[in-house]
Amino acid sequence: MLSIGTPITTGGQPQPRVARWLRFASPQAFLPLADRLIPWLHAIALVLAAAGLYIGLFAAPTDHQQGDSYRIIFVHVPAAWLSMVIYMAMAFWAGVGLVLNTRLSAMMASALAPTGALFTFLALWTGALWGKPTWGAWWVWDARLTSELILLFLYIGFMALQAAISDPRRADRAGAVLALVGVVNVPIIYFSVQWWNTLHQGSSVSLRSAPTMAALMLQGMLIMALALWAYAGAAVLQRLRAIVLERERHTEWIQRYITERK
Amino acid sequence: MIWDSWTDFIGMGGYALYVWGSFAVAVLAVGGEQGALALRRRAALRAAGARP
Repeated sequence: MLSIGTPITTGGQPQPRVARWLRFASPQAFLPLADRLIPWLHAIALVLAAAGLYIGLFAAPTDHQQGDSYRIIFVHVPAAWLSMVIYMAMAFWAGVGLVLNTRLSAMMASALAPTGALFTFLALWTGALWGKPTWGAWWVWDARLTSELILLFLYIGFMALQAAISDPRRADRAGAVLALVGVVNVPIIYFSVQWWNTLHQGSSVSLRSAPTMAALMLQGMLIMALALWAYAGAAVLQRLRAIVLERERHTEWIQRYITERK
Repeated sequence: MIWDSWTDFIGMGGYALYVWGSFAVAVLAVGGEQGALALRRRAALRAAGARP
């Protein structure tokens, strides 16, 4: 129990290891860190994508039911996973920004949205191209597809709302409320194939049971997922870096950053 | 390597439109995003007073 007068924060120097990480919560420390991370993330994404595409397109066998159309899985599933993960991250950072009033958290939420929307679009697009040969329809109003479409609208709504409000701090707060309300949609997408009778197949990979696909197919899919994760990390950091530059351009430290930049 | 020839590979067992349609749009999307990000960075640096 806290007695009166107990400091909640240490006030002086926090513990060194914590301090080292908290440092990056300031846009000032973030910018040089992002500059260092972005090329590495791109390199990792490229190497993993090359490996994943080799496995997916050259090594993995043809599926005995779906033929080669199943190869869409190597971009469809990673894109769909990321569309949900990025939304959760966006809502998390928006929530942190709302509660703690930290500028960089809110900027992080704004930086995540377009990449999240892009992967949601890719999940829907590749899903349509997979649906046509397997179900005979580009689109059906099934629970999985519909909730994923709602996810795309949530991303677009978040970006449109932020773009419509000229004061960035107010835009951050309005966007955060929308992002947090929309979180309810993510478990609906994820569990839709269990809760409703959907045309979309159940998960091939779950935490509870062994995967129901050939080892090589699974490996290719997981490597592609890691590649897209690394790419998404790079793209989000690139966008966050641009947002920091746009918003803090009048500060002295940005001026110093620009002149010291090689 | 599971394909007999490049034509075999391009043909994707008759599903070329669907498979390549998926991969091509994914590549375009990523390329487009990178292009947009590069332009945005350049504009942001210029707005902050950096010399081109």
